[in-house]
Amino acid sequence: MLTLSRWKIIAVTLSVIFGILFSLPNVLPQKTLDAMPGWLPHQKLNLGLDLQGGSYLLYEVDTDALHRERLSNLMEDTRTQLRGEQIPFGELAQQGEVISVRIGDASRYDAALNLLRKNLGAPLAGVIGGKDVTVSGKGDNRIEVTFVPEAQRADAAKAVDQSIETVRRRIDSLGTKEPSINRQGTNRIMIQAAGESDPEKLRAVIGKTAKLTFQMVDDSVTAEDVQAGRLPPGTMVAQSEDQYAPYYVLKKRALVSGEDLTNASQTFDQNGRPAVAFAFNGLGAKKFGDATARNIGRKFAIVLDNKVISAPVINSALPGGSGIITGNFTAESANELALLLRSGALPAPLNIEDQRTVTAELGADAVKAGSISLAIGAASMFVFVILAYGLFGGFAAIALVVNVLMIVGIMSMTQATLTFPGIAGLILTLAVAVDANVLIYERMRDEANAGRTPMAAADHGYKLALTSILDANITSLISGLIMFSFGSGPVKGFAWTLVIGVFTSLFTAIFITQVLIGWWFKTTKPKKLPIA
Amino acid sequence: MRWPLIRYIPRSTHYRFVRWAPVAAVISAVLLVASIGLLVVQGLNLGIDFKGGVALEVQMSRPAPLAQLRTTLDQIGAHDGQVQGFGSPNSAMVKFLPAKGEKPSDASKHVETELVKRFPDLKVTSRSEVGAKVSGELLLSGFKALGVALLLTLGYIWFRFGLSYGTGAVVAVIHDIVLTLGLLSIMRIEFSMTEIAALLTVIGYSMNEKVITFDRLKENLRKYKTTPLRDIIDLSENERLSRTIITGTTALLALGGTMIFGGPVLFPLVFTMIFGIIIGTYSSIYIALPMILIWGVKRNDDEATPIKLGAASRP
Repeated sequence: MLTLSRWKIIAVTLSVIFGILFSLPNVLPQKTLDAMPGWLPHQKLNLGLDLQGGSYLLYEVDTDALHRERLSNLMEDTRTQLRGEQIPFGELAQQGEVISVRIGDASRYDAALNLLRKNLGAPLAGVIGGKDVTVSGKGDNRIEVTFVPEAQRADAAKAVDQSIETVRRRIDSLGTKEPSINRQGTNRIMIQAAGESDPEKLRAVIGKTAKLTFQMVDDSVTAEDVQAGRLPPGTMVAQSEDQYAPYYVLKKRALVSGEDLTNASQTFDQNGRPAVAFAFNGLGAKKFGDATARNIGRKFAIVLDNKVISAPVINSALPGGSGIITGNFTAESANELALLLRSGALPAPLNIEDQRTVTAELGADAVKAGSISLAIGAASMFVFVILAYGLFGGFAAIALVVNVLMIVGIMSMTQATLTFPGIAGLILTLAVAVDANVLIYERMRDEANAGRTPMAAADHGYKLALTSILDANITSLISGLIMFSFGSGPVKGFAWTLVIGVFTSLFTAIFITQVLIGWWFKTTKPKKLPIA
Repeated sequence: MRWPLIRYIPRSTHYRFVRWAPVAAVISAVLLVASIGLLVVQGLNLGIDFKGGVALEVQMSRPAPLAQLRTTLDQIGAHDGQVQGFGSPNSAMVKFLPAKGEKPSDASKHVETELVKRFPDLKVTSRSEVGAKVSGELLLSGFKALGVALLLTLGYIWFRFGLSYGTGAVVAVIHDIVLTLGLLSIMRIEFSMTEIAALLTVIGYSMNEKVITFDRLKENLRKYKTTPLRDIIDLSENERLSRTIITGTTALLALGGTMIFGGPVLFPLVFTMIFGIIIGTYSSIYIALPMILIWGVKRNDDEATPIKLGAASRP
């Protein structure tokens, strides 16, 4: 094994060059780095949020709320359809997952059934009937409408995708530097933003659903009725944020919603107070124009996340498809609302589940503590291994240096995240790498003591220690991979460092020392092993 | 002084490791019972990763008045408030649970505003808010990871060495983990996600030790077919002694620096790893090997011809 084959020397030389080249950007000043030719590696270690400061936010998409809303819309659709054809009905109600209605005129029962089958629901691929709702006739002139089970899953998946898109647009419009936005599990969104980003600001724009609707106000309902909970069918009570009324009674069906907006920006109203200007797309403009034309003299409400921002009286039809929203705005809150409207509403509410923030100063402290620990750990290992094994210890120390270079190089190249616990993982990896050399050297001593020539003892040392080294590294690899698949954030970083370390340690502890010892045998022709 | 120092370690030692196994077994059993008792009675000091709640690391321009911070925390209605020094004297870790129904993020904001009002020089440098749902899942997945790691390494050792070795190794590693958990419990070290990583590393290192022990044992079993198992165990351990000493010292030296200079974030992690290295080395000799001795091993390999022990103690 100690014969200096050409490929071994080439492999070792290449790995050393690789390690130096790819870890170099981490120590060069930025100016030198910018001046370097483009083909040289420029990537530095990708420090975790705990080392460079930043925010980690984990949101859960509330798909149950979405489903509840869809069911309530289905009920309103059923009502609108039957009314539109003037089919008498009663006992329209939601029972769990099912919308149930009783047709008043038995002779029109079949017509009602066909009408609802034709017009309710949306196409959905891959289910029987091709639609996301089933309409079934029951006895006693009853009809039941319900979503197919697949619909709920498809809705939830779509909602999470849309949420990720929306969140991305919102964060981008804040100007956050390189945010990472990922799905986690089925219905979670993980957001990581490095550096100086303000977590409060991030949260303010991410957490709001920003569901904007324009709904008619129902002025016919008296305060007593509201108190007693006697609301006409198809209406709802919404809290108000304007100064005129504590709440409004609204028609549930929205005239137009935020989905039809094309633009929104902060502006000022005629009194110079901050407001939000908006513009509808063609469809939205038509819907809004028609509705205002039909309802001149009545009030409509601008509703954001089920709260009424303002409820102006319609003075004339508004066919232009643009307008302004006034309300209790400051310039900042108007700006924020405009941003939210531009980037679109979230399909479902987002609930924050986990948030971690580290300031940049604290991160810098962690980098300092980590570097000192690493330097001291490595230095004491060098000294100890050289004291223990002399020249061969020196070879092991050289292998250790190359090991560090390779780990740093690979982590810079792959942009794997180095976290604070990862530094501890790195130090432990180095200790285990030394173990491989210790196993080899102890074998050599055994073999030399048993009477082998130095060359044969050294050779057998490598051969016989190899299985132990492999076994040991495979168990390390197993625990590293498990950490990687189960852990999150800092733990993942720790695991990744361990896994990379297993491979580089195997390589450096075995090959680098082998080449060095082989070369030493060749040049000095020793009669005795220095460690025997 | 002669150099290299490795020459100070005798070439062959004849310690009777197995003779002390009964004593070690008693000590281990007592420690195991004590650890389990501790875990049942006072449990682990779960961090917010696993308990949910809010942790704020605060920095002040003067030594942080911990007692004052604590009373303030109670006054402003933070639930289950805890204040500890954290690293430098100017820093402190403030932890609390949100009131029932309150979101951790709202509680955190409220407490921060109140604290800054009363201590104008106070600055929040790191903030963690974990909801109850996520924390429950994290705890579950943490222990799942430990379980899977044990099973997989058991599988590997079973495949490489045989079932009695695998069982010995796993019993020894469970022993290590229970004692480590007991230590964490008695020292009230916060049990967080990084502690799970530390435990996984302990499993990895401890399995390493077992594998290397078994490798030597298996080799000697093939060499000395007629020698009693207990003598072979002693022989293997003596042969392995210098490696154990050197590797152990290297690992402890490497991590010792981190324990001192790594600051309060790394301390629990590194402390656990160091304890794990010591206990892992101990359990290789005094749990895993005696288990094999009790259980017995198949010794009908035909690969090597029998050699009498004593003729040449190391061929």
